[in-house]
Amino acid sequence: MKITETEVRDVAGLANLALTDAEVGRMARELDEILTHIETLKELDTSGVEPMAQVLYDAGETATLRPDVERETLGNEAALANAPLAGNGYYKVPRVIER
Amino acid sequence: MIANLTISQIQAGLKAKTFSATELAKKALEFAQAENAKTNAYLTFSPERALATAARVDQALAQGVDAGPLAGVPLAIKDVIVTKGVRTTCGSRLLEHYIPPYDATAVSRIEQAGGVILGKTNCDEFAMGSSNENSAYGPVRNPVALDRVPGGSSGGSAAATAQGTAVAALGSDTGGSVRQPASFCGVVGVTPTYGRVSRYGLVAFASSLDHIGPLARSVSDAALLLQVISGRDEMDSTSAFAPVPDYLSVLDGNVRGKKIGLPKEYFEGVASETGDRIAAGVEVLKKLGCEIREISLPVTKYAIPCYYIICTAEASSNLARYDGVRYTTRSAEAGTLSDMYRHTRGSGFGDECKRRIMLGTYVLSRGYYDAYYLKAQRVRALIAEDFRRAFSEVDAIVTPVSPFPAFKIGEKSGDPMEMYLSDIYSVTGDLAGIPCMSVPCGATSDGLPVGMQILTRHFDEPGMFRLADAFEKAGGFAGN
Repeated sequence: MKITETEVRDVAGLANLALTDAEVGRMARELDEILTHIETLKELDTSGVEPMAQVLYDAGETATLRPDVERETLGNEAALANAPLAGNGYYKVPRVIER
Repeated sequence: MIANLTISQIQAGLKAKTFSATELAKKALEFAQAENAKTNAYLTFSPERALATAARVDQALAQGVDAGPLAGVPLAIKDVIVTKGVRTTCGSRLLEHYIPPYDATAVSRIEQAGGVILGKTNCDEFAMGSSNENSAYGPVRNPVALDRVPGGSSGGSAAATAQGTAVAALGSDTGGSVRQPASFCGVVGVTPTYGRVSRYGLVAFASSLDHIGPLARSVSDAALLLQVISGRDEMDSTSAFAPVPDYLSVLDGNVRGKKIGLPKEYFEGVASETGDRIAAGVEVLKKLGCEIREISLPVTKYAIPCYYIICTAEASSNLARYDGVRYTTRSAEAGTLSDMYRHTRGSGFGDECKRRIMLGTYVLSRGYYDAYYLKAQRVRALIAEDFRRAFSEVDAIVTPVSPFPAFKIGEKSGDPMEMYLSDIYSVTGDLAGIPCMSVPCGATSDGLPVGMQILTRHFDEPGMFRLADAFEKAGGFAGN
């Protein structure tokens, strides 16, 4: 086994993902199969190979910076329009700090 | 007939006043809405927006002003690309009521060019899937064979284009999500060089792999649509500065002497009829004067594990934003902040998204980062190097897009690993960031379309389109 149900629950905690008991069992089996397949990467010698985080092409070093010019922003109302709960120009969430 | 219109026919019709853009838009909307029950390709129609653009086009034409290269062309947009004021669900329950406050750059460029957006197309949830069965709004049916999948994740865009309910469409491709559905539905699908098209407004799945790309019924229509949406955009820092060449001007049919590589690793696990069709396609290329040679891309067998580590790692991070605060849906079980996060995500995401969030979180977690994520990035470099080496010998690489044609709805949905393995020929192009496309290459004895994949060097879209267009004109479509 590459991954146990306990580990599945830990990872789900890190991902803020509520899983049912049935989902935990199924996830353990499925991830186990996928991780077993992923193990094949170990066969490949990658010593001395630079990790590729992005597709590289020729671009000037500062070419990705746009001019620092002020522009119109989305605005509070539009930004909050899709919030499940908002009020007084803010997102509202369950109480975090007791006073 | 509206279902077969090409962009140049629309341009001619508008010029000759056979129809107005408004008349065409109304007809196209009516047709698309009536036909949608067959395939479930569209999730949302945008008649107001379509008619407003059409009216602008008609006004420009009446004033004798250039109405743009896509003037009056009815188009569909995959529902992972945001449209201001038009619902964008990403195929997810979580975003059932999400109305974006801005337009993706590709969408604004299309409308500036006169393109008429009919609506938003169905897709796998957050573009994660190879069959469109992971949509929260039901699967799309393949218009060629209604009991089969259209491929994924841009299944709705491919189906609408094949069905004729859009002249062309935008999809997105992270591991084959434009090319594979294009091949399953018998249309052209293009994944441009990474950075060629701005990702601004493309809902992020795996940012280092995500591309927007066009689907169309001909190479020239796909090339024109790509032309319109390409080019540097300061809203996407990874968008390329490289000037956009005139893609249509290179479609001269002259591919004599072009060196085409057939990587042997891409023909090992292919279904026999698919292999036969591609072999027949290669014969067509030979007749056009191309030189065919066998090449090797030895790291190919590691592409699937490499891809599924990188894409899930990036996805687990990108999907963290759906937490019940900003995006329309919050679980009723939100007693505490932590419960709100966990239950909103637990009840909102479908199975495939959960699987990828879990795998991505796992490979990034303490103790596993080097063994999985960093290892995969090194393998990615080797895959890119494979292609660099190959392109020192050949001008283009030709392969199947998928090991098999469209399968039956439900046939493979029970086995995630098997579904992942089916992406073997399409993930490599995204990992290397090179341009690649699917061009129709006949059909199996059951009448199921087969797609031939063409891959070229970074920014060599012109070479790719020239070859695909010559192939298409030489009868690639007809199945030879």
